[in-house]
Amino acid sequence: MDKFRVLVADDEVDFLETIVKRLQDRNLEVTGVESGEAALQLIDSQEVDVVVLDVRMPGLDGIDTLKEIKKKKPLIEVIMLTGHASVESGIQGMQLGAFDYVMKPVPLDELLDKMRQAYERKLLQEGRI
Amino acid sequence: MEKAYLKKLWWEIVITIVIFSIVPLLVLGAVGYRQFSASYTAKITENLKTLAENRQGALDLFLEERVAQLVTLAGTHSLDRLKNEDYLNKVFNIIESRSRSYMDLGVIDQEGHHLSYVGPYYSILKGVNYKNEDWFNAVMASGIYVSDVFLGFRKVPHFIIAVMVREGNRNWVLRATIDSDILENIVRAAQIGKRGDAFIINGNNILQTTPRFSGPLLEHPTTPDFAATVAPLVEEITFDGEESLFGAIPLKIKKWVLVIKEDPTEQLTPLLRARYLAGGIGLAGILLIILGAVFATRSLMNELQAMERKKAVSDDMVVQSSKMAALGKMAAGIAHGINNPLAVIGEKAGWIKDLLRKEDVAQSKNFQEFADAVNKIEFHINRAKKITHRLLSFGRRLEPVTEKVHINRVLDETIDFLENEARYRNIDIQTDLAADLPTITSDSSQLQQVFLNIINNGIDAIGKNGRITIKTKYIAKNDRLSIEINDTGPGIPKELLDKIFDPFFTTKEVGKGTGLGLSISYSIVEKLGGRMLVASEEGQGSTFAIYLPAG
Repeated sequence: MDKFRVLVADDEVDFLETIVKRLQDRNLEVTGVESGEAALQLIDSQEVDVVVLDVRMPGLDGIDTLKEIKKKKPLIEVIMLTGHASVESGIQGMQLGAFDYVMKPVPLDELLDKMRQAYERKLLQEGRI
Repeated sequence: MEKAYLKKLWWEIVITIVIFSIVPLLVLGAVGYRQFSASYTAKITENLKTLAENRQGALDLFLEERVAQLVTLAGTHSLDRLKNEDYLNKVFNIIESRSRSYMDLGVIDQEGHHLSYVGPYYSILKGVNYKNEDWFNAVMASGIYVSDVFLGFRKVPHFIIAVMVREGNRNWVLRATIDSDILENIVRAAQIGKRGDAFIINGNNILQTTPRFSGPLLEHPTTPDFAATVAPLVEEITFDGEESLFGAIPLKIKKWVLVIKEDPTEQLTPLLRARYLAGGIGLAGILLIILGAVFATRSLMNELQAMERKKAVSDDMVVQSSKMAALGKMAAGIAHGINNPLAVIGEKAGWIKDLLRKEDVAQSKNFQEFADAVNKIEFHINRAKKITHRLLSFGRRLEPVTEKVHINRVLDETIDFLENEARYRNIDIQTDLAADLPTITSDSSQLQQVFLNIINNGIDAIGKNGRITIKTKYIAKNDRLSIEINDTGPGIPKELLDKIFDPFFTTKEVGKGTGLGLSISYSIVEKLGGRMLVASEEGQGSTFAIYLPAG
């Protein structure tokens, strides 16, 4: 499995710190940011393959951030992460181009699987271009 | 709706209908009757007048003929000739042979001496001198005289006609006595009906003929005084408490008045019949109107009540669903609030687990304890997660949708909600769910509400210690699912069975139940195209069966 670059955006600092550590522990290149704005800034300066976005964040929320990301870099795959089980926001996210959505709390293995699938899709998309 | 208000409304509608229907009916009836009565009364009055005129004509004709006969007889014979009693006798016989009204005939000179006489009272009358009699003076003054009726010697009613003849320088008088039988006959023809009367009175209101009812001859009649009548008149007069119709007409020859009396009730019988008929029809009409008003109002009220009930159910459904929507939002909020810390805990536990894999920690003597603790934390996070996810899905389901529904799953979730309560009351919830149940397109949250209602009712019915059995089945024959929920409660009395789906029907204590649960459930099932039935026997528990279309 290639080492791919992951960006996690979540306003819950404890969650963010831990998941970043655990993903790094699994040999991924992981960056954590606490807001949608920070995530957008980061994808400008760094190459990112997969973004994990919390739907509900203060300021720019997950859905808006997703829209911006897809505008800037359509090839980046996004996985929506939600503590709120609104199917609508999940479906909305999918319609806006998110790869999938998962509900908190999510076992890390499950999230990792999704991230890998997303990365594979990104590779496929790039190959097509 | 309040009973008193309904009663008031009922009365208002009935009274309005009745008044607006009866008033025109009465007016129509009254006007029609009045018109008919007026024209009929006019006709009766006219008839009476005609009758009176007709009789008067006959009477006058009779009297005029007698007078004319005498005038002719006197004018065509000399006194000397008529003085001869044999000749007078011959003449009398000729006259008498044609009109049997003459009783006697006499010739009187101007001194009042009876010169000759033909008749039954020869010996009495022959010697009488009339010089001082009123009638003699009257005939000497006016030439023709007709007397009032009197009984005379013979006690037979009769009257006198006398004519004076001027012959040279002397006057003489031809006098005849007329039997008033003929008058009686003419008058009697006007005594019509059972109670009608007719008679002649003179200027002093003395009866000249014998009436049927109004008193004896030659006395005052027991009727109002018409003696002063100068022109034909018809009057309705109440006399001695008796209402009568009187017609009076004066005769031409003599100052007599013919009076005809009629019983108006007799004459007006057709009018009275019309009155009764109109009254009867009117009464029947009024009765019909009232009956119609009552029936119409009753059905209107029933409709109103039914509508009121339906409205109450739908209102309650709206309230219920908005309550549920609020509940759903709250549930989602709580779940979200819990999910985030849960996620943090999960990640932390995961991180500890990650770290435990590194060898330096593995040598710690409490390594196994750590690992167990972390596993337990993960296990319980998973448990909590299940709860929050169920809460979330519950919240989501409260929005009305059509979706693929697994009935068994909905039932399982519903039972999960109620399991604690059931366990607390020592009620065993058993399920027998068919594995081949197809998924259907329906509204799972609404169905869940139905199941919740019924199972809840079952738990309430049992109280403590019992069993609720839930069975699902696919009926291929008509492509339906059946869900049977049976409880071991006391059952429902037969007389209440057909009421339990009625709105506001409840057997629970006041304040405990709205009486709407089953009613709402029933309408939900109907709305989803299904059917809900109940079977119950007292002491044997109750079974609710819901059939839903599978297609």
